[in-house]
Amino acid sequence: MSRLKTKEEYEKTIGFKFRRWLYGEEDPYINKVEMVKQHHRHVEEKTITERMHEKQMHREYTYDVNRNKVLKTYSMLYRIASVVFVILIAALLVYNVSWLPKTGAAEKAVNNEVPQRYIENGLQETGAVNIVTGMILDYRAFDTLGESHVLFIATITVLILLRNNKKKATIAQISDRRFEPKNDSILQLGAKILVPVIFVFGIYVVLNGHISPGGGFSGGAIIGAGLILYVSAFGFEKTEKFFTERTYKVISFAALATYCIAKSYSFYTGANHIHSIIPLGQPGAILSSGLILILNICVGMVVACTMYTFYVMFRKGDF
Amino acid sequence: MGPNLIANYGEAIAMIMFAIGMGNLLLQKNLIKKIIGLNIMDSSVYLFLALKGYITGRKVPIVVDGIQEVTAYINPIPAGLVLTGIVVSVSVSALMLSLTIRLYKRYHTLDLDEISLRLRQEGL
Amino acid sequence: MTVFQIILLVFLLVCAIAVSFSKNLLNSILIFMSFSLIMSILWVCLESPDLGITEAAVGAGVTSILFFATLKKIHAIEVEGTQEEAEDEQA
Repeated sequence: MSRLKTKEEYEKTIGFKFRRWLYGEEDPYINKVEMVKQHHRHVEEKTITERMHEKQMHREYTYDVNRNKVLKTYSMLYRIASVVFVILIAALLVYNVSWLPKTGAAEKAVNNEVPQRYIENGLQETGAVNIVTGMILDYRAFDTLGESHVLFIATITVLILLRNNKKKATIAQISDRRFEPKNDSILQLGAKILVPVIFVFGIYVVLNGHISPGGGFSGGAIIGAGLILYVSAFGFEKTEKFFTERTYKVISFAALATYCIAKSYSFYTGANHIHSIIPLGQPGAILSSGLILILNICVGMVVACTMYTFYVMFRKGDF
Repeated sequence: MGPNLIANYGEAIAMIMFAIGMGNLLLQKNLIKKIIGLNIMDSSVYLFLALKGYITGRKVPIVVDGIQEVTAYINPIPAGLVLTGIVVSVSVSALMLSLTIRLYKRYHTLDLDEISLRLRQEGL
Repeated sequence: MTVFQIILLVFLLVCAIAVSFSKNLLNSILIFMSFSLIMSILWVCLESPDLGITEAAVGAGVTSILFFATLKKIHAIEVEGTQEEAEDEQA
């Protein structure tokens, strides 16, 4: 029959000491060893910079290409290996191409029932005379939505990367703006004649995307090119009246949101227009093919704004 | 070698172009030339896709006169894929060019080897 | 038609090699521009005019302009009148 020890007795046992040692509660030096007060080790400011400089020298010496033989051999080996790799890849790809079915042959694995369905039923199901447009904006509209977002995200990233700090604008940037319209009479006259034609052609290509070659991407790029020509002829002050960063954001967001809503409606109705109330119209007319015209306009607006914004950001750094 | 190398001359040239672009990407020191190399690779892939969809004697897939038979038109799928790809490649090259400008502002050179050497010399 | 296509393809190959070996950046970008233009003709030959229009506007137009703007930004091309402007600023 064991007896419970009192606390004082317990503290004298070996078990208690072992426990304290095990958990590290006891500092064996306290009250046993005379401690010397520690001094903060003082290092001169000069030696620190010297040492850092020495380190820098070492690094520069190590990575000096003319002295470091390992680096030299590595770069040579890299060149030889990449040439060999490129030749190997070319040989492999050409060898594979030689086993593919002949160019222009109709009996190929790619010509299966999918393009057959697109060609035979595309006009009835989408209302678009141009089957490619009907495909990318109706059957595969989800792809196109993702692509428009890729454009939007790329523009936003370029905006982040190339934005000037307005307070810290250097003299070169300011002078770049001040001297921007060079008042080149040939360029200005050419732009005066060409820009309206380019705009009209771009709008034509966008609006006729479903009945002739073209569509949102090409038409948007053409309009963007027209805007770039206008800017380079007349300077940024003229375009800033109607196109600012805010305009870009509003147009892009509105176009992408319209695209999303239109496509959501299409998916809601079963993605094959069973109960869709939007009429497909007469094939070949401008106002036909249901949602494709709206989607084309949206994509065209996004692409045009993107192209113009790329140019402005590269040229100037802000809107 | 397979039997169709002569008939597939277009694809073969596209693949050689792919290799040239890759060589540019690996061997050129200049960043802008690297970007051009990547664009050449892009174009060669698009050319390959379009050649795979092409069928001799058939027309553009735009319905004319109500003819809706498969034997009248070429394959529309590669055209749609390539259309998407061309526009994406522009945004990719714009992104790379803006990164190039930022690198130039920091290091005042376009030579990628020099930039990486200086990065190592700075101890980053 | 096939002869025309072969000529275009060979031209593409020549352009791709010339880009790699040209010493001047401006030259290589101009060669790349012509590469895109030939590509857009080739799309029309391959019965895809959609791609032809897009490549002509995007590849030959906007991409080249972006390359030129980059060159201007990194001072790789001399713009006419830059020296006069610098003198104006100094004065």
